[in-house]
Amino acid sequence: MTGVIASIIDGVLVGAVYGLAAMGLTLIWGVMNVINLTHGAMIVLGMFALYFLASAVGLPPYGAVPVTIVIGFVVGVLVYWIAVHRVVGRAHLMSLLSTFSMNMVLIGLGTALFSTSPYNVPVPLPGVTWEGYTFTGTHIMAAILALLIAGLLYLLLYRTRVGKAIRAVADNREAAELNGIPTTQVLSFAFGLGAALASVSGTLIATLFPFTVLSGGAYELKSFVVTVLGGLGNPAGALMGGVALGLIEGIATPFMPVSWTPIIEFLLFIAVLILFPRGIFAFTRFS
Amino acid sequence: MTINRLILVAAAALLTFSQTAAADDTLTIGFTVSRTGKLNNDSIAQMRGFELWRDELNAKGGVAAGGKQYKVNFVSYDDESANARVQQLYTRIINQDKAQFLFSPYSSGLVATAAIVSEQYGRIMLTTGAAEEKTYKLGNKNLFQVYSSADLYLAGAIQAVKELNPKAEVALVYKDDPFSKAVLQSARKQVTEAGLKTALDEAYSPETTDFGPIINKVISAKADVLLGGGHYPDGATLARQLYDHKAGLKWVTLLVAPDSPNFATLGDAAVGVSVPSQWEPQVSFKPDFGPTAAEFTQRFQAKYGIEPGYHAAGGYAAGLLLQHAIEQAGTLDQVKVADILNKMDVTTMFGRTKFSTNPKEHGLQMGHEMVIAQWQKKDAKPVKEVIWPKTAKTSDILY
Repeated sequence: MTGVIASIIDGVLVGAVYGLAAMGLTLIWGVMNVINLTHGAMIVLGMFALYFLASAVGLPPYGAVPVTIVIGFVVGVLVYWIAVHRVVGRAHLMSLLSTFSMNMVLIGLGTALFSTSPYNVPVPLPGVTWEGYTFTGTHIMAAILALLIAGLLYLLLYRTRVGKAIRAVADNREAAELNGIPTTQVLSFAFGLGAALASVSGTLIATLFPFTVLSGGAYELKSFVVTVLGGLGNPAGALMGGVALGLIEGIATPFMPVSWTPIIEFLLFIAVLILFPRGIFAFTRFS
Repeated sequence: MTINRLILVAAAALLTFSQTAAADDTLTIGFTVSRTGKLNNDSIAQMRGFELWRDELNAKGGVAAGGKQYKVNFVSYDDESANARVQQLYTRIINQDKAQFLFSPYSSGLVATAAIVSEQYGRIMLTTGAAEEKTYKLGNKNLFQVYSSADLYLAGAIQAVKELNPKAEVALVYKDDPFSKAVLQSARKQVTEAGLKTALDEAYSPETTDFGPIINKVISAKADVLLGGGHYPDGATLARQLYDHKAGLKWVTLLVAPDSPNFATLGDAAVGVSVPSQWEPQVSFKPDFGPTAAEFTQRFQAKYGIEPGYHAAGGYAAGLLLQHAIEQAGTLDQVKVADILNKMDVTTMFGRTKFSTNPKEHGLQMGHEMVIAQWQKKDAKPVKEVIWPKTAKTSDILY
């Protein structure tokens, strides 16, 4: 029984980070109706940012978090202007293709520069041991930071003018434009924000596990599942969805071979799409 | 019009001359390397073994066969750790690049694919980095395995554990890929035969990065011993996370990963972890030809700045064996060289090499023996020592 509880706690901790990653994806989706397929690349950006900041510049690992937010934001805005600006509002296929190609370019550049060797950032943090199971300090720290950043995002969206503008554009772009909101700038800001969230989640993931240039893919996939669980365009739902996914993974693993977990995840994905198209956590949707 | 004609003539001349130049004095050996993808750490080590052999040989003038000297030329491509690429590239290497002999890619999975192509075209392939035996049991004529086969990998570790703690509970946690599965299939039987209890038996997907769930299962099962792993990235992560989670295991043997010098970067997480090894720098075989293990280690270190692991040694040995076979045959003719390889029973810095000529398992390595190496602390730094078999050990077991 303690094994199951330990597994659940572990799952919830990691789930908070999944939720953070998914928040970036769902924000962009909700605000400008674009499925950001460079999401994985942004996660990888965060991972490598941690590696270089920690090893080359000697920054303490968690000190890299604010830096990554800024880097992710800047890169996100660049990606917006290169790949997304002209396809916002057009057919979905166009934005999919556009962001997909951008992703290929970014990952290709990354592979050329860093190859697909595994990189590791050792973060010595004492963990919490309970009944023989240890919850690593890095897991706990990552979950705390994920919740903190999610809280900051909430403050941004609901307590600042920029946040209000973002929500207005998400609601109805034309009306917002008519009200004098510079929607293009707001969109690029929102995209940058989504990318920043993805990048910082990558940084947190890098404190937990080793990574390669190709690691972003797996987390991008989880982000899609979480986004669906939480409802498109619903960041609070995304966080809860992430925790829920972590919880499900935690409950499932003690009872079945570990290789079955992705099957459960994707069955859930399909079930939610059919039964709760607006997401299980749609009641937390902002308006 | 005349310019075009001139260009055509020039091109034809160039082609003819380059063809003859290539054909006469070079020995072309083809292979793929996983420069990218999950297998790149070990595959590049293997490639360095090949290259060191080639560079030393060419510095002496090349391979001597039938009164002529042939310089060794490699044709190699990045297979991206992917089977589909291996298939395409080996076909290209044989048909377009006209390689006369082949080395294998790294890892049993990729070698199985390469073997299909090499057998289709009847080319000799020395396989290194490939321990799974199934590949040799499908009725081949031209495969020659340099490594000991998979079923022997964990036999030594299981024997050692049985001696240290006959009541040990063993967790088998391994990667879901051809090599690891082959090793664990034999290991499973060997554990039961040794009278040890199997507390857990699970495979993990090759894509796994988070071993937390499975480690919690190991803790729940109250295991004392963990055997398994896969290749470098998952093995290194598993070792690191076992340490972080304080799994309380008394003995951990992981495949492949701990043999790489890069494993030392795990610091304290590396200490105590053991690995079944095809070769270690400290071995003291007396070679019939070629350098001793110590000489090879020193030359490798001089060239690449790191100590060689067994992947590099296997690559180098493949080159040595092919060279010896060609020199003995006195020709580059496939049939005659294969004949020599089939009759071969020699010792190199890698150990004893003898290929099986039983048509049901042609090419399987019969003579080579494995050792177990363990990371231990010397002067506060992790260092690899040989702990098994007792005849070859350089240090005592850390349990």
